[in-house]
Amino acid sequence: MEPLLEVRNITKRFGGLTAVDNMDMKIFPGEVVGLLGDNGAGKSTLIKCISGVYHADTGRIFFEGKEVKIDNPMDALAVGIETLYQDLALAENLNVYSNIFLGREKLKRFLGLVKVLDHDYMLNESRKVLDKLEIEVPSLRNLIRTLSGGQRQAVAISRSIYWDAKFLIMDEPTAALGVAEQKNVLDLVKTLSSHGISIIIISHQLHDVFSVATRLAIMRRGRKIAERITKETTTDEIVGLIVGSLPGDYEDASGGAEGTMR
Amino acid sequence: MRVLSDFFLLEYPERRRKKVLNYIGRNWSLLFLMFMLGLFSILGKNFFGFRNFSNILLAATTLLLLASGETFVIISGGIDLSIGFVMGFVCVTSAIIMRDLHAAGFPQAVSILAGSSIGILLGVIPGFINGVLVTKFKVPPFIATLGMWGIANGLAWRISEGFPIAFLPSKVREIGMAYIAYYSSKKGFSLFHRPVLTERADIWNLMKIISLPVLLVIILLVIFAFILSRTKFGQHTYAIGGKIDAAIRAGINVPWHLIKVYVISSFFAACAGVLLTFKLNMGIHTQYTSSYELFAIAAVVIGGASLTGGKGGIWGTVVGVLLIGTLDNGLMLMGIPIFYRYIAIGCILIVAVLIDQFFPELVYKE
Amino acid sequence: MVFLAMEIIFFSLFGTNYFSLRNLQNILLASTTVLLLATGETFVIITGGIDLSVGFMVGFSSVICAKVMVTLQAAGASQAVAISCGILAALLLGLLPGLVNGLLVAKLKVPPFIATFGMYGIAYGFAEIICKNVPIHSLPTAVGSIGHGYLSYWLPGKALTFLKRPENLTRLELQNLVSIIPNITVIVAIFIGIFAFILARTKFGQHTYAIGGSMDAAERAGINVKRHLIKVYMISSFFASLAGVTYVLRFITGRAPAGSARLLDAVVAVVIGGASLYGGTGTIIGTVIGALIIGTLEIGLVNLGIPTYNLYIAVGCILIIAVLIDQFFPELVRKED
Repeated sequence: MEPLLEVRNITKRFGGLTAVDNMDMKIFPGEVVGLLGDNGAGKSTLIKCISGVYHADTGRIFFEGKEVKIDNPMDALAVGIETLYQDLALAENLNVYSNIFLGREKLKRFLGLVKVLDHDYMLNESRKVLDKLEIEVPSLRNLIRTLSGGQRQAVAISRSIYWDAKFLIMDEPTAALGVAEQKNVLDLVKTLSSHGISIIIISHQLHDVFSVATRLAIMRRGRKIAERITKETTTDEIVGLIVGSLPGDYEDASGGAEGTMR
Repeated sequence: MRVLSDFFLLEYPERRRKKVLNYIGRNWSLLFLMFMLGLFSILGKNFFGFRNFSNILLAATTLLLLASGETFVIISGGIDLSIGFVMGFVCVTSAIIMRDLHAAGFPQAVSILAGSSIGILLGVIPGFINGVLVTKFKVPPFIATLGMWGIANGLAWRISEGFPIAFLPSKVREIGMAYIAYYSSKKGFSLFHRPVLTERADIWNLMKIISLPVLLVIILLVIFAFILSRTKFGQHTYAIGGKIDAAIRAGINVPWHLIKVYVISSFFAACAGVLLTFKLNMGIHTQYTSSYELFAIAAVVIGGASLTGGKGGIWGTVVGVLLIGTLDNGLMLMGIPIFYRYIAIGCILIVAVLIDQFFPELVYKE
Repeated sequence: MVFLAMEIIFFSLFGTNYFSLRNLQNILLASTTVLLLATGETFVIITGGIDLSVGFMVGFSSVICAKVMVTLQAAGASQAVAISCGILAALLLGLLPGLVNGLLVAKLKVPPFIATFGMYGIAYGFAEIICKNVPIHSLPTAVGSIGHGYLSYWLPGKALTFLKRPENLTRLELQNLVSIIPNITVIVAIFIGIFAFILARTKFGQHTYAIGGSMDAAERAGINVKRHLIKVYMISSFFASLAGVTYVLRFITGRAPAGSARLLDAVVAVVIGGASLYGGTGTIIGTVIGALIIGTLEIGLVNLGIPTYNLYIAVGCILIIAVLIDQFFPELVRKED
């Protein structure tokens, strides 16, 4: 099977600091991969390289088998890679469907002359995607600021889905959520992966990651030091790998043979 | 934060009370305006009359224009302090062009048109510069427009050498004082042309309906209110003001959009400047004690906008401007010295913000 | 600072008599209002707020000061009493708007821009009411001697006096008389010095920076942020009323619009001096330099015979340049912690 996303030899330096050091990674369709590591390990930097916020110093990115150039966030979106950051990037003063369509609003002609917002269309389409993902929001006309954390997360995810994201990157999706809402979000993740969408999850909540991710990649000091299949490892082992008390598998940029699944 | 579900849990009378309170909180400026209209009608002489209301509108045209442009900027999360002096700059420039072209022998229509259009074109430049400073050079809007404030003032002063520009083409005065329709008991209705009356009483009783400046302002306002509330441009303006990161990541070209917003603001200031030329029949550079920009900002905030952006609208601003104008007018008719208005506006402004905080945002947005 | 030196050099070369003791003192005198306003404003801006009311606070306090002086004098009080009462009244009453500003911003959470702008209008209104739109004149004569007095006078080779001019001077001697350090500047220097010390070295100053850096962090560290902010705004309005008092001393009149043009200059001075409008940085020294830069410019332009409206253009440009420099060359502006 061909990976959906593959990155090879990604390196990113900031001045004298090497944030990402010769990273390789493959993600397959429908996979949920947990990207783990302590603060400063390079997880955020890596995903920012993939999503276009940063431009990697070296390396190549392949999507659906073809090489792509991702120099800015728009390039990533165009390819089908959507990123959900911790602050969700939702406009609190706008309502649900406006956020889903933000930047890509549907217009209709007013009196045959002027282009205005087609609220009905956007409302209906949003409702469709929310229903498909089985998300409950009281009314799509509600402003975002009246929504709970979990509902906002759901809206952000719906936005990605509506615009045909094939690959989702989620940065700390369950942080600052209540228990019930965390479960909702994780269920959503499972639903998405069942639709063939690949997801990278960055989270410090190992428990959550274990419940949704099929594979785990651990980074330390900019390098990927280990990969594990979730079912075949324990939280203790992962913690050990993250903090360094357990040695990594020394997988390096040359695509080392050890430990790589598939 | 109130979510809809909370609403249904309340007891019925309480829910009704909260609804009423919410309504008042949301529309307080309009209610206050009506209250003031009533108050002044009782207390003042000649307040409640067609003539006086026309006067209020006419006097408010300048502020209406300035505040409308400012509305866009404030909603986008920025601020534009330069509008007062851009207006002065344009007023002076357009007056000079009109006067000089006319003196050089060009027909009135040409000089007037040239003066107005060149004035507006020139007036758009500060806005463009403001926008570039804010977006490309990341200068905080407060500072960028403050700098432009000073520059425009200096330029206006320099061009006019401190003296008002007079001797404008005669039609200028006519246009500035023109009305759409006139009604007199003697001669009935007439459109556009002032009826010739001889009797003093008749001249006094002549009803002037909708002055030309007011009409132009209303047209502009309607157009831009439409843009703000119904188009993608307006929506993006709110988004940028609400959360700029969200707008950036949604792919909106924020720098370019903000430049346009500041251009809109100074476009309105330029229009106000040209309008001033027509109204006053001379070019005058506004003094720094006129505080035009601060009143414009006050009007926008009173009208419901927040200085952090994301809220507000043209019609709210209109209410704010009318509030200030009515206050001015009413106090004047009551014989109260005009500096009390500063105190009043200051207080109202603070009240505006307080109310905004004590009444949480409504759940719905139409 | 480099800029200031550059400016002085530039004007010295091109202007007439620019680099002279008299002229330098002129600069100091002319910058008085801006210096004072900017100092008070520095405190406020460091906390992340802004005080727009100072523009008319100057007029407000100048009017109060003048009015009290005139009334007392007319009532027969001695000059000393009248003058001191006037000054005290202005300073005390001037704290009031600051208190209100602080309450609005801290307790009622009104954004500083709005609260102080409201106060701007209110102060102006009250000032006009008090003086009924007419500048107040006929102040006690001693005012002039304080306001125009210098700390010491030196007749080269002959005499050195303090506070009072040497008596019985001939015409020639009068021309050669060197006046050193205007009284006003002394007052300004003392107050600025005190508050510079407070800002830089005391707990109060430290807390001010903290609040500007992160209000939440300061709150949680146990700082009574609300009370601190109130004090900060009162400092700002204190300086504004001090500016009003010096205005009266210098111009021997009280006017409502006094100082309104200086608001922009004050904010510019603070920003040039290295403060950020978002709070957390800035120093009094920087602000002083900023104010002096503006003062130098003003006197310099007058000296060269360039009309003053260009001043506005210049100040506007400088402001923008200052901010740009701050962004592109942060190393130049950064101070060690």
